[in-house]
Amino acid sequence: MSSRRSRSRQSGSSRITDDQINDLVSKLQQLLPEIRDRCSDKVSASKVLQETCNYIRNLHREVDDLSERLSELLATTDTAQAAIIRSLLMQ
Amino acid sequence: MNLQSSSSNPNFLKLRFTKGFLRALMRIYRHRSKSSSSPREISQRYRRIKLAADASMALAVGSRRLWSRAVLWRIRNQVRNRHVFVKRVSSHAIKKRAQKKKEEQYHLAYDDQENKLRKLVPGGAAMDICSLLDEASHYINCLTTQVKMMRRIAEICS
Repeated sequence: MSSRRSRSRQSGSSRITDDQINDLVSKLQQLLPEIRDRCSDKVSASKVLQETCNYIRNLHREVDDLSERLSELLATTDTAQAAIIRSLLMQ
Repeated sequence: MNLQSSSSNPNFLKLRFTKGFLRALMRIYRHRSKSSSSPREISQRYRRIKLAADASMALAVGSRRLWSRAVLWRIRNQVRNRHVFVKRVSSHAIKKRAQKKKEEQYHLAYDDQENKLRKLVPGGAAMDICSLLDEASHYINCLTTQVKMMRRIAEICS
């Protein structure tokens, strides 16, 4: 496929081996809670990539939700709690 | 400072992120106006907090990683172009965007997921597949740390 040719062109001086890619894919696999908790080895690379995309999207959504929550909390929080935060910062 | 040990030490990253993020939160909190509960203020503060969180994490990682460099570069350019952004979208830019979309559709055939991942990881478009996978795993680690810390702060404040 033309994309495989373009991939090797992108690697430049070092040839990207299948082993390298497999190692990186399995490293990603360990991070994904979906796949890690289920059955171990027989997960295809494209499934790992798909789960990675889903997981990153979920994390982005969580950051958005937490930012919203924090912005509402900052509207109502009083100075005592600000002092607590500052003391946390000092530790 | 030994960079090797610091990049593998999760507490170092947590500490750097939390310090920077809390400092930014304090700054945002101090600048709130009297109408601090209006929806417009809240949505503006939401955007600032989100930016502070992403920036604090990228700063904590520094220039050690491609994705963090891409985030910092994007933020610096946003600040620089803030005043001229609205005027710059010309017809030439629109034509270029349409052309790029056509090119992207030709590359999608082999691995659709890879292209989706490139869009999600900052700076992913320019990386080769190995760097993309490596950066993605580090990015996921940092994002989970960021979420954990933000959740803890929200629990303390509520």
